Amino acid sequence: MALLQISEPGMSPEPHQRRLAIGIDLGTTNSLVATVRHGVPEVLADEEGHLLLPSVVRYREDGRLDVGEEAMRLAAVDPHNTIVSAKRLMGRGLEDARKLRSPYEFVDAPGMVKLRTRAGEKSPVEVSAEILRVLRVRAEQSLGGELVGAVITVPAYFDDAQRQATKDAARLAGLEVLRLLNEPTAAAVAYGLDNGAEGLFVVYDLGGGTFDVSMLRLTKGVFEVIATGGDSALGGDDFDRAIVEWALEETGTVEHQQTAGSSVIDSALGSGVLTSGDLRAMLVEARRAKEALSDHPLTTYSVRLSDATRVTLPLSQQRFEQITRALLDRTLNATRRVLRDAKLGADQVSGVVLVGGATRMPQVRAAVGQMFGKPPLTDLDPDKVVALGASIQANLLAGNRSADDDWLLLDVIPLSLGIETMGGLVERLIARNSTIPVARAQEFTTFKDGQGAMAIHVVQGERELVADCRSLARFELRGIPPMAAGAARIRVTFQVDADGLLSVTARELSSGVGASIQVKPSYGLSDDEIATMLQSSFVSAEQDMKLRALREQQVEADRMIEATRAALAVDGDLLHTAERQDIDTLVNRLIAVRAGDDLAAIRAGVDSLARGTEIFAGRRMDRSVAKALAGRKVDDVAP
Amino acid sequence: MKALNSSHFELFGLSEGFAIDREALDSAFRRVQSAVHPDRFGAGTDTERRIAMQLATQANEAYRTLRDPLLRAAYLCELHGADPQVHSNTAMPGEFLLTQMEWREQLEHLESVESGEAGAPLAVLRGQIDQARAALLAKLADALDRQREFFLASGLVRQLMFVERFNEDLSVFEDRLESS
Repeated sequence: MALLQISEPGMSPEPHQRRLAIGIDLGTTNSLVATVRHGVPEVLADEEGHLLLPSVVRYREDGRLDVGEEAMRLAAVDPHNTIVSAKRLMGRGLEDARKLRSPYEFVDAPGMVKLRTRAGEKSPVEVSAEILRVLRVRAEQSLGGELVGAVITVPAYFDDAQRQATKDAARLAGLEVLRLLNEPTAAAVAYGLDNGAEGLFVVYDLGGGTFDVSMLRLTKGVFEVIATGGDSALGGDDFDRAIVEWALEETGTVEHQQTAGSSVIDSALGSGVLTSGDLRAMLVEARRAKEALSDHPLTTYSVRLSDATRVTLPLSQQRFEQITRALLDRTLNATRRVLRDAKLGADQVSGVVLVGGATRMPQVRAAVGQMFGKPPLTDLDPDKVVALGASIQANLLAGNRSADDDWLLLDVIPLSLGIETMGGLVERLIARNSTIPVARAQEFTTFKDGQGAMAIHVVQGERELVADCRSLARFELRGIPPMAAGAARIRVTFQVDADGLLSVTARELSSGVGASIQVKPSYGLSDDEIATMLQSSFVSAEQDMKLRALREQQVEADRMIEATRAALAVDGDLLHTAERQDIDTLVNRLIAVRAGDDLAAIRAGVDSLARGTEIFAGRRMDRSVAKALAGRKVDDVAP
Repeated sequence: MKALNSSHFELFGLSEGFAIDREALDSAFRRVQSAVHPDRFGAGTDTERRIAMQLATQANEAYRTLRDPLLRAAYLCELHGADPQVHSNTAMPGEFLLTQMEWREQLEHLESVESGEAGAPLAVLRGQIDQARAALLAKLADALDRQREFFLASGLVRQLMFVERFNEDLSVFEDRLESS
C-alpha cells in the first residue's frame, strides 16, 4: 500500500506506519515545501540544493514551461508570458488586477481575471497549480512515496474567493488539501513549538504581495488567535513599485498628470515611453536595490531600457524610506487595529515575530521595535518559518499522532460575514475574529404567498453598505413548501469550518423540510471550468478518471476500517455486546467489498459503516470531553 | 449525545451562575477543544470529523458566551425562560433613557471640540460610563445569583446592552484622540 511507510524499528514510539504529509508555503515571491521527518520539520531542497522556488512560471515558445529560477531569467525579455506574483491575482477581478500595474495582458473573465499568454488564456489558478506541482514532485521524490496530503498556507487576510482559488490550484496540481492554514498562525506554531513560548505574541508578516498581522495567545500548547488583520494587497512588491515610480519621476521620463488613481507607470506604459519588458526590468532592478539597501546606506539604481537608454540614479536608505513611508504606515495602522480588536496594549505583548523577506528592511524593524517597545524576534529564518509551521500541522492532520503532539491551533475568520438586506445594507452575521469553526443561524420568511425559493447574498467586510464589501456568494434556497406570505420560518445556518470556508444549510421549521442550496460563488472558477482544466492537465492524463475514483474510494474504505478498529481498541467498552457485533459485521463486510473493484459497493459499505458507528462516535466524544475536564490527557490508557 | 445537548456550563463542567472563575473557564475551554477539535481527527472517520466540527463549534460558542458578562447574563436569563430579546424589546425605564441621551449629547460635543480641550470632560464621561457599567454588573450578580429573579435580570441585561454600545462608541473616540 503506497500510502504507508514502514519506519525503522526504534525510530518512532508509535505504530509502524507514518503518513507522508507536507506543508507548502505558496508565496507571492518564493514558494517552499517542508515535511516533518523523524520528528523534525525540515524544508525540502531541489536537486541543486535550493530551498526556495521562485513563484514564477514562463510559458515557452516550444509549448513547455519553466517554473522557478529558469523562468525568472527571461522575465524582462518575455514579460507577457512570464508570470510573476500570480498570488496577487488569485480570486481577483479585472479592476483589482489593473491596480497592480503589472506588465501583463489581462483578459476580463467572469469569476476571476485571466492572463493572455502564448499558451492561451491562463487563470492565476492554473499558474499557481504549476508551482504546486513542482513542489509536489519534489516532495514525492524526496520522501520516496505517495502523499496523503498537504497543508497549504494562505495570508490570514485572504477572503473566501482567494482561499477557494488556492484550493482549486491544489486540486489541479494533484494535491489533497488537509488544511488551508493562515500564514501568521503557521509561523507562530513553528516559533512557539521551537521555543516553548507562552504569552501574547504578535506575528508581523510582510510578504511579497500580502501583509498580515496576528495576535496570538500561547498557553500550554494551545495557540489561540485573538485577532488578525492586514492588507491582502500590500507587500514587498509595492515597495519595488515605489522605487520605479520614483525613478521615472526623477529622470523626467514621463510628464506625470496628478490625477486621482493614476500612476506614473500607467502614463509611461500608455504613452509608449516604456514597454512591458522595460517595466519588468525596472521592477527587477528595484527589488535588487531595495535588498541592497537593507545592508548598505546607499546603492545605485541602474537599468538598461529596450531603446538602449540607461537609467542611473543614486538611491539612499533615507530616500527609500521617504518614498515608502506611506506603505509602512499602512502596516502600522493595521497593527494598531489588531491591538484594538484584541482590546490589548502593545506593552502586554511578550514578543513580535517577523515573517517574510520584506521584514529585512531596516525601517520595518525599527518601526515595529518602536511600537512594541522591544526589538522584534528574528531568530527563525523569516523565509522558512511559514513552511515549517505548515509541515508541523500537516504531520498532525495526516494522523501521525505522537506523545508530544498535545498542541492545538484555534484560528479565527479575518473578515466579518454579513447578508444583504433591504436597501443594499449589510446585516452582520458573524463578526471578524470569531474563533472557527463557528456557526450562526438566522430566520427568514417569505414575502409572497406560495413562494418556493429565496436568494441570500453573503458578503465579507466591515462596511455598512453591500457595495463597499466583497461579495462572497449567492445562496439560492429551493424547495420551500408552499405557504402564506410570512408564514414560513426558514432557519438558515451559516457554518464556517476550520479552513475558514463557508457552507450554508436551511430548513423550514414548521414543516421540517430541508431546503436545497445552490451556491453561486461571486469569484472563482466554476466546477465545469475546473473539470476542463483537470482533463487537460498532466495529472488526469496519467490516470483514467474511473480508476482514480475507485482508488480514492478504496483509500477511504481503508481509512475507515483502520480508524474503526483503533476506536474499538480504545473505547470498545462503551458498546453492548450486540452493538459491538453489529459494528464488527459492518467492518467485515466492508473489508470484503474493498478487496474487489465494485465502486458502488465500496461506497455503500463505507456509508453503512459510517451510519452504523454514529452512536459509538458520539459516546467516544462524550468520554473524551469528560476525561479532558477531569484533567487527564485523552491518550492515557484507562483500565 | 450528551455533550451536544448540554448547556454551555455543563459542556465546561462549570456550575451555572453569573459569578464565574475566569481561569477555570479558560482552562476548561482549552481542554475541551483539545479533545474535540476536528484537527484531532485527521486519521478519523467522516462521522468523527462531523461530530468534532459540531462540538468544536459549540465549544467556541460556549466560550464566547460565558466569558463576556453581558452575553453570560443574557444566556442565564434565556436558560430560565426570561429571554431578554435584545433585538426586539426596547422597553426601558425613562430615567435610564434620559441618561443615555445626555451621554450621547456629551459625546457629540466632545467630537466637535479642540482635541486639547477634550481631555478633562472626556475623563468625566468615561468615569460615568464605567460607574454605570459596574453598578449594572453588581445588580445583575445580585438578581441572577442571589435573588434568582430572571425577569428582573432580563431588564438589567437590556440596559447593560445600551451601556456597552455607548462604551464602544466612546472607546472609538478615545482611540481616535490618542492617535491624532
